[in-house]
Amino acid sequence: MQELMIAKAKELLGNSTVNRVLGWETGEFVYDITPAVFESAEELDARFVYNAFCGNNLSKYLIKESRKEGKILVFLKPCDTYSFNQLIKEHRILRENVYVVGIPCDGKTDGEALKAKGVRGITGIREEGDDFVIETLYGEERLARADALLERCTNCKSKKHVVYDELIGEDGEVLASHRFDMVEKLEAMTPDERFAFWRNELSRCIRCNACRNVCPACSCEKCVFDNDASGIAQKAAADSFEENMFHIIRAFHVAGRCTDCGECSRVCPQNIPLHLLNRKFIKDIDSFYGEYQAGEDTESRAPLTNYTEGDVEPSVVYERGNN
Amino acid sequence: MKALSLAKLPELFSLVASKEALYIPADDGAGSARFTRYTEGLEMTDKLNTVRSAKDFFFPQTENLVDFKLKGKEIEISDPRTEHEDFVLFGVRACDARSFQILDKVFLVDPVDTYYQSRREHGTVVTLACTKPEETCFCSVFGIDAAAPEGDARCFIEGETVYFEALTGKGEAFLETVSPLLTDSDDSAVKAQQEKTREILQKLPLKNLSLEGFGAENLLKLFDSEKWAELSESCLGCGTCTFVCPTCQCYDIRDFDTGNGVKRFRCWDSCMYSDFTKMAHGNPRVSQLERFRQRFMHKLVYFPANNDGEYGCVGCGRCLAKCPISMNIVKVAKALEGEVR
Amino acid sequence: MNAETLIPKLGVVTDIRIDTPDVKTFRVVGLDGKKVFEHMPGQCAMLSIPGVGEAMFSITSSPTNTEFMEFSIKKCGCLTSWLHAMDVGQQITIRGPYGNHFPVEDALKGKDLLFIAGGIGLAPLRSVINYVRDNRQNYGKIEIVYGSRSKDDLVDYKEILDEWMQDDGITVHLTIDQPQEGWDGHVGFVPNYVKELQPDLSYTVLMCGPPIMIKFTLAGLKELGFQETQVYTTMELRMKCGVGKCGRCNIGSKYVCKDGPVFRFDQLDELPSEY
Repeated sequence: MQELMIAKAKELLGNSTVNRVLGWETGEFVYDITPAVFESAEELDARFVYNAFCGNNLSKYLIKESRKEGKILVFLKPCDTYSFNQLIKEHRILRENVYVVGIPCDGKTDGEALKAKGVRGITGIREEGDDFVIETLYGEERLARADALLERCTNCKSKKHVVYDELIGEDGEVLASHRFDMVEKLEAMTPDERFAFWRNELSRCIRCNACRNVCPACSCEKCVFDNDASGIAQKAAADSFEENMFHIIRAFHVAGRCTDCGECSRVCPQNIPLHLLNRKFIKDIDSFYGEYQAGEDTESRAPLTNYTEGDVEPSVVYERGNN
Repeated sequence: MKALSLAKLPELFSLVASKEALYIPADDGAGSARFTRYTEGLEMTDKLNTVRSAKDFFFPQTENLVDFKLKGKEIEISDPRTEHEDFVLFGVRACDARSFQILDKVFLVDPVDTYYQSRREHGTVVTLACTKPEETCFCSVFGIDAAAPEGDARCFIEGETVYFEALTGKGEAFLETVSPLLTDSDDSAVKAQQEKTREILQKLPLKNLSLEGFGAENLLKLFDSEKWAELSESCLGCGTCTFVCPTCQCYDIRDFDTGNGVKRFRCWDSCMYSDFTKMAHGNPRVSQLERFRQRFMHKLVYFPANNDGEYGCVGCGRCLAKCPISMNIVKVAKALEGEVR
Repeated sequence: MNAETLIPKLGVVTDIRIDTPDVKTFRVVGLDGKKVFEHMPGQCAMLSIPGVGEAMFSITSSPTNTEFMEFSIKKCGCLTSWLHAMDVGQQITIRGPYGNHFPVEDALKGKDLLFIAGGIGLAPLRSVINYVRDNRQNYGKIEIVYGSRSKDDLVDYKEILDEWMQDDGITVHLTIDQPQEGWDGHVGFVPNYVKELQPDLSYTVLMCGPPIMIKFTLAGLKELGFQETQVYTTMELRMKCGVGKCGRCNIGSKYVCKDGPVFRFDQLDELPSEY
């Protein structure tokens, strides 16, 4: 696949369809991949990579990149196309300056995910059948691919590209996913249990803002939490609830716009399952307003910014809030 | 050298915890380790290191500096500090142990930061030698020996035995506290372990990272490098690298109105953040390129220029593991190497 | 220095003078009616209203003033707006003094001094000018070039007219950007005025003002034959701790709060241009 992508990028650079390519660049190890812009065939040959570790969603970079001179080629995995569409819908990306090439994805992982399985001292990784074979300083290890994927990939919602100018490989289907299973478990908890669950998870937050900065839905030019004039731009955890509020407010702000790309949980250095907050919103929106997938298209009105006579009444909160 | 059966380590923890606060690296239930206050039954992690570094104990993420009460035009100032309690930080790795010396060079030089100083005085650092370093480790680049960590006392877990050795007066006091549990031992097992560990250290992929030429003499040359644009291109501007870094120590001071007076806090800050240098009338670092450059120039050039060549990095590898886009000090140093050749 | 450097002392504002539409000068003494601390010309202090903010300000009064300290402050942000709105009798917190100072007791001693200021940039120089006036025998010729947008924007206008211009051996050149009714003095920007005046190369220059003024004035001085080693300025950056630890005002291997704010231009050449 990597070879096909490099060939495609060279072709589009060569015939001046685009003047830059947004993709992934190799690092020191197999797994430490960085999003990068390539401008020549030489750069592509030297550094371009596409493998199981290219988890980064490149959509958000296009806010900036699409405002530069010339057209840019971007490679988008199925789930990244939802973020791209949503940003188009919010008028954040200049579509005419982007050439989207859809690429297949069979699930991503990262160094942290492998290490969580107890692997230490990774010096090389290769894929053999359904396994990752990992060379380490302490011998070779074998992990089943399916067991080592990122959470969002084990609950993949779609292998379908919702937007592209060109596709490499065949398009997939929207999948019947189990992504709401954990949300249902949380819903089944008593309010006290649920409160304790989130207090514990969020207690690890170090307020590094990685979740916010990586989030394609968090595209405000000036975040309210960075604005001194807002009165809530507190970097100090003035009380122990400060970080909790940060995440709750952020979840509210991206509600109806979050495509469930899972970047927030992927980047969290403290492994806080932040996607669960967003999924709760997605699940509620589905049940209150009918099935809705943010980023599926660029035209439809989002449930939370649209009014219909059948809209759910605020009293629904009381009605189902008896537990 | 003193020895203790590994099975008796919980007994040692209990004994220490009965006299003062004890923190050990323990699993956090989410796949990582963090320093946790010891209570009966808490087990030490087998992970190499914690996500949050040990700097938290001397330079916490948030601390109350001073309190104010405002009445009309009058202001009342009070120092909220109570005496810090004595504590033992157990299981610190060699990299983090070195980071304290680097932080000392900031906080203990004139004018001394008394908040930090007090915690340093009350804390005893017991380090633990590494035996299974990760591929992200490069502490040896900074002259740190992971097989023989610095600290007040150090220990080695080898087979079913824990060996102890005091390095300072505080360390001796610590061993005295737990002496009823310890027996005398020779150091042959430790020597053998160190030899084995050093063999592994020799195999680490980043051990040859070169920082030659990263000094004051090349300050402007490095600052003006064209590489910064490419290196910083995909930086998200988050504070992950800064906050997991054991040597990053920039801070912010802010006020919080509690409704019953004003608390002035100090909290960690990051030069990667857009508002770090923002003033009422402008910002000298307008884009992420400048902010990104500041962090690495500070660690690799400015800090050593002011501190006899000591870099603001200990090679712990946390930023390598945690950066959302896998951009880090190793990649920066390698990219800039050519500029100073 | 105060051992508890992050814990401020209390001061009280005993006088507020309106200098220009957006600059006020605040007189501060300790609660005992005496100066809160001694300083040297060019040094700064952290002023704060708890809950509003804390920021670094240049001490505008001369150390030779034994009764009080003064701060000329332009309204431009949250804290400064609050200060502009307060009344006499308000207590504030103060800590310092911070930073280095103009070398009035060594490198500048015996020298001819040329002060060049634009707008609120006069504030830090006022401390030096009055220090030099009070130790007149230690210095040679003194010339001052000061410009502002308009006559109304000249800080310390009354003091300039009533005191500085009355002193023997001090020449003051004032200029404003645009012609204005009631102004028969020079009109034009500071950099051009300096070039017109053709100051003698014997002068050591102390300069403070907006970055654009500094840039063009320095270029003009160099054209006239001045060396960078002859020209001092004072810098302003975001600061939090004031003691070289919080990292905010770090440029190159310097901390402006501790190693500055006063720099000679040849020293600035060795630093990255991040100010």
